[in-house]
Amino acid sequence: MLRLSCSAMAALAMTASLAPPADAQDLSGTLTIFSDMSNPAPRAVMEGMAERFDAMHPDLEVELTIIDREAYKTQIRNFLSANPPDVANWYAANRMAPYVGAGLFEDVSDLWAEPEISENLASTKSALTLDGKQWGVPYTYYQWGVYYREDIYEELGLDEPQDWAAFKSNCQAILDSGRKCFTIGTKFLWTAGGWFDYINLRTHGYDFHMQLTQGEVEWTDDRVRETFANWRELIDMGAYVDNHQSYSWQEALPFMVNGEAAAYLMGNFAAAPMREAGLGDDQLDFYQFPAINPDVELAEDAPTDTFHIPAGADNKEAAREFLRFVVSAENQTEINSGDALGQLPVNAQSSVDDDEMLKQGFEMLSSNSPGGIAQFFDRDAPAEMAAIAMEGFQEFMVFPDNLDDILGRLEQARQRIYQ
Amino acid sequence: MTTATLPDTHADRGPGWFRRNRRTLAPWLFLAPGVVFFLFYVVFPVFQSFQISFYRWDGLSDPQYVGLANYRELATDRAFEVSVWNNFKWLLLYLLAIPGGLFIALFLNQTVTGIRVYKSLFFFPFVISQVVVGLVFTWFYDPTFGLLNTMLQGIGFGPVNVLGDPTLATYGIIAAGLWPQVAYCMILFLTGLNAVDPEQVEAARLDGARGVRMLWYIILPQLRPATFIAFVVTIIGALRSFDLISIMTNGGPFGSTRVLSFYMFEKALSEYGFRMGYGAAIAVVLFLIMLCFIAYFLWSMWRQEQGR
Repeated sequence: MLRLSCSAMAALAMTASLAPPADAQDLSGTLTIFSDMSNPAPRAVMEGMAERFDAMHPDLEVELTIIDREAYKTQIRNFLSANPPDVANWYAANRMAPYVGAGLFEDVSDLWAEPEISENLASTKSALTLDGKQWGVPYTYYQWGVYYREDIYEELGLDEPQDWAAFKSNCQAILDSGRKCFTIGTKFLWTAGGWFDYINLRTHGYDFHMQLTQGEVEWTDDRVRETFANWRELIDMGAYVDNHQSYSWQEALPFMVNGEAAAYLMGNFAAAPMREAGLGDDQLDFYQFPAINPDVELAEDAPTDTFHIPAGADNKEAAREFLRFVVSAENQTEINSGDALGQLPVNAQSSVDDDEMLKQGFEMLSSNSPGGIAQFFDRDAPAEMAAIAMEGFQEFMVFPDNLDDILGRLEQARQRIYQ
Repeated sequence: MTTATLPDTHADRGPGWFRRNRRTLAPWLFLAPGVVFFLFYVVFPVFQSFQISFYRWDGLSDPQYVGLANYRELATDRAFEVSVWNNFKWLLLYLLAIPGGLFIALFLNQTVTGIRVYKSLFFFPFVISQVVVGLVFTWFYDPTFGLLNTMLQGIGFGPVNVLGDPTLATYGIIAAGLWPQVAYCMILFLTGLNAVDPEQVEAARLDGARGVRMLWYIILPQLRPATFIAFVVTIIGALRSFDLISIMTNGGPFGSTRVLSFYMFEKALSEYGFRMGYGAAIAVVLFLIMLCFIAYFLWSMWRQEQGR
């Protein structure tokens, strides 16, 4: 818990000669923030933001409570209804749906109507929109893609693949050299969701993927089977490390670090542990998942983390001001820099950190993702559907012959969940 | 005593109601905290679970009455079926801890130098946390560098991914659970063996009983109380098998190692769970299964008390 003394911070603000916005003086009382940014780096970022916001508003006391990220996922259900803070962290897209549906999140469409936000945050607007209204603001997002061992590719004379044929022929060359193409750990299921997302997005495109995750397409549809047929080509080649169902995503990292597998389809958060494990810049690189169907526009997964105002908040005025502060270009540059979150800023006016992966990711998302930006399977689909489907994906990766059974099960679940 | 003294009773009528009844009240007063908490935290939630299981409720919005729909869905839910079967596998195989513990106890029930050290070594797995047991066995089973596969390869067998194979994973977890449970039963039997009457053993020996006959007719009947307790704790342990599953496989691969308690947690309380009603229906089924055993235990305890 961070509780800052108003007078001290006011003095600090004076000496730093910060010019607070015109309406800043009006904010008073306390602003309570519940945050799930509990890992060391995000925690420092969150504390820094609270401190700076407090300094900007002398009459306002900012109270910050940081809750363990995993525990937060279950606690949010209790505190939103019983003891709502003024600002709370959560995730975009369908993950918001239960709280929006229960009327626990405040409609912040008015913020999105302000030109400052509507123009600069346009890329993530759809992820925050449910029922035609916006329910929060994003503060960071990160790209997904293929992180690969540059040195192994060079040794085998391979290039970053641009299409599905090259993707598979690269993989065959890697297999022939006695390695696996991809490492993955599916013990906690969601990693398999990443593979499904990409193969489905590349086979049928963003709109179809959204229809499927929103329950408008049957899982037994032939188009879904095409996606799985493409996936199966990789599985039948033996592209994935063996026994991946026994590993978490972290436990699958050593295969890549030791050179037993050449690549990892992952979010950008995997780059840091790979570097810490000793992979240098000449060993580690990134490429966009290649096209499968050339007629389909490329679309990407870029999970977005968000801030929301609970409907029962006391100090909604201050909370709105905090949300404006969070998404401002200056703050976005600062909190997403390499020594802070090390992710991508959501504000188009802010600058991206000078990091090999972040720059490639930013370029990919801003100029080479015409199809759209998906959140991730377990955020786009309702939680229950996601859990059942990702279990099916894991089973498919181990026993691809069970596909009919799996799809039948998913279809049964779809009919019940979306009714 | 004459009637003349009676009219006076209103003036000093001796001990008050409270004092007169203190012999009956005292036990209730001492029991009260326990009873209140038991009613409030155990009995009341049991009935509340029954009630919630008739609703569709995500824990946030208003519950919606759906009658027996949750139970009808359970009947067609394959994941639920798998969980029930796994529960029975656990119940049956976990009972191996009783003979296992008995034989180790018999083996350790001798006076050799340093026997206390051996006893504590055998008891050790019960002392460490289930989470640690789970982690140790996960590494033991690890398909690439685990001790099990190194040993199997040593004698010429291929690698086995115990926890990654849906047909083996549950047995792998039960084996891990047996490790501490055998130790627990062992301690129960060791204390039981201390109470075995040496004169009866002497007499049996004079009559020519030895080996299995001695064990079956002389030792085991005297170990009945210990066996009963071992049975109770093992059954309860088997039905509570949650932490090992959560640590070792997280219910996977593809839900093949779930048991009812884990499935209930997943449906109602985990990251992807929002179905309080469905979770409550699973809990009710689990409760009914447990009730069979609890009723049996209570009945046999009551019988024992009667026999005394």
